Amino acid sequence: MIVSRRQFIRTGVAGGLLLAFSGWLNAAGGRPLSAGEREMLAALCGALLDGALPPAGEERSRLVALTVDGIATTIAGLSLASQREIGELFGLLVLAPGRMVLAGVSRPWREATVGEVSDFLQSWRTSRLALLQGAYGALHDLSFGAWYARPDTWEAIAYPGPPRGYF
Amino acid sequence: MHDPIRAGLAAGWKHIDASTLGKGQTVEADVVIVGTGAGGGVTADILSDAGLRVILVEEGPLRSSTDFRMRESDAYPELYQDSAARKTADKAINILQGRCVGGSTTVNWTSSFRTPPEVLAYWQRHFGLRQLSVESLSSWFAVMEHKLWVRPWETPPNQNNKVLAAGAEKLGIPIGAIKRNVKGCWNLGYCGMGCPTNAKQSMLVTTIPAALNRGATLYTRLRAERLRFSGGRISALDCQALRPDGIHPSGKRVQLRARHFVVAAGAIGSPALLLRSGVPDPHRLLGKRTFLHPVVISSALMPERVDAYAGAPQTLYSDFFLQQAAIDGPLGFKLETPPLHPVLYATTLQGFGAAHVALMREFTRVNVILALLRDGFHPESQGGQVRLGRDGLPLLDYPLGDVIWEAARRALLAMAEIQFAAGARAVTPVHETAPLYSSWAQAKKGIAELPLKPLLCRIVSAHVMGGCGMADTPQRGVVDHRGRHFWLVNLSVHDGSLFPTSLGANPQLSIYGLVARNAALLAAELSGRPPPLIP
Repeated sequence: MIVSRRQFIRTGVAGGLLLAFSGWLNAAGGRPLSAGEREMLAALCGALLDGALPPAGEERSRLVALTVDGIATTIAGLSLASQREIGELFGLLVLAPGRMVLAGVSRPWREATVGEVSDFLQSWRTSRLALLQGAYGALHDLSFGAWYARPDTWEAIAYPGPPRGYF
Repeated sequence: MHDPIRAGLAAGWKHIDASTLGKGQTVEADVVIVGTGAGGGVTADILSDAGLRVILVEEGPLRSSTDFRMRESDAYPELYQDSAARKTADKAINILQGRCVGGSTTVNWTSSFRTPPEVLAYWQRHFGLRQLSVESLSSWFAVMEHKLWVRPWETPPNQNNKVLAAGAEKLGIPIGAIKRNVKGCWNLGYCGMGCPTNAKQSMLVTTIPAALNRGATLYTRLRAERLRFSGGRISALDCQALRPDGIHPSGKRVQLRARHFVVAAGAIGSPALLLRSGVPDPHRLLGKRTFLHPVVISSALMPERVDAYAGAPQTLYSDFFLQQAAIDGPLGFKLETPPLHPVLYATTLQGFGAAHVALMREFTRVNVILALLRDGFHPESQGGQVRLGRDGLPLLDYPLGDVIWEAARRALLAMAEIQFAAGARAVTPVHETAPLYSSWAQAKKGIAELPLKPLLCRIVSAHVMGGCGMADTPQRGVVDHRGRHFWLVNLSVHDGSLFPTSLGANPQLSIYGLVARNAALLAAELSGRPPPLIP
């Protein structure tokens, strides 16, 4: 992504303010995912796992929902410090200003296309702001972790699962 | 499968899961040991054998072979710090560290190396540790190797290790065999999720059961919060009980009183506990010089199945690239292989969408080699720093400077060359902008130009060391060669945080040997018996 210096600074300042605001919003720490967060994560999973997920349809929606459940379980098992940071990130992304300014996604998450979300992820992945790069890493790890933790995803990668029958 | 932990509990071991405490308590013993990993386990064994009353404090849960189902989804949240996603403050380094009874020894890959002679020589020269030499430590290593079944591994290496050997041999790079601390290993390959057959001779099945059999008390889900001291002596350790989730404090408090306190909470936890406690640190050394053996990763697609999830994960290594320059010159690196399991591999692998899927489809044909950079010797490799974040929980800053990246580039080149020499169809460094290279010539050119920066190039670590370094004087160390704190007479540090540099080798056996020596000296002092005859 080519970003002008002015845009870079603007994003940095706006992002800092949004993060501070989001931190205040999420000061309570660990909590269940909100409906807005689930929609946001479903959109992210749609892009991150594109190709691993079946094409659009009921089965895809079911698997995305299962993955979002898995992400929620993973977050609940993290340290309070990590939960707080992830809460701040999610709180930021579900707000329309955060989604638009930092992620560059103009439409609400449930309407965003795989292409739009992929562009956003790619821009964070190679961002000059370490904060956004680190956030991309967290979203990447949470989504792929939740996906490949499930035994029903193993056949596609020819992993037979742990040995059985000897115990 | 016989579960020695469940059997011990049924026979009356004193284990208190602090998440079940209805109210706070104050308990007294001869020695309180914080942490149950390599350092805490060995210390508990030796002190309890000397007749001392010992209390062990563990923040994680007590889990055993019955619980070890070889599933990443169970193992990471149950057995690792931050569900195996612990990170440096800038998120650029992912750290694998145990958080359960047995600590990292419960989940490590069993690789056992004595402290390299050149490292001990460096410690003598630069930190005045003349008491620690190959000769003076050899008996302690021998004792622990015997006790923990550290032996040459006779079973043929798995295919992942064979790729490393095949490529290295073609290039004339010497390969060595790794000794492993296993007894009757089934060669399953799931060491990182807790050994399901109790073959791995971790602290969980050796020293800790020995101490519990002698009447030691084990607290789990209990977080050591603060040491109380006055007049140069520690009087008590204040602890917070955690809820059954192992994350939230329950509000119940436990105070432990003792004659002596041993801190063995790992090289992030130990300095953090001492920082929280505000122990004297006039030379501002505490938490500094924290080393990680930063690891860079090279992934290869092989023509045949590799099945890197199966079989003992680390059985071959090469120290060739540690020996190409002086120890304090450009950073050397050790080559080893990791086990690959779906979550570990998928989260480590760069990219997303179609590109990620394409690489994951090759999962069974992937070979991965790791390069562990030997940090802490070069004048510009001073390691990281543990500091306290909100709530007093530790944060680790680890600057990734030019000397690290220069070595990372050499390591990525060396690994790719080895993988192509072994017949790889394609190789990719684990890096956000690296493509899949289809020949060594292409990789050589591509890696030479790859931008190496934090969060672009994936760096991981499984070896946290330093932060309470040993030295001969308080001007250059937190503790002396015995692990005794310079300012508080009844405080010892017994874990990897003692090391004044990294090691250039997997640290478990270095911790076992050094701590066995120091625990034996401490046991003699506290029990009034003559010191051990081993030098």
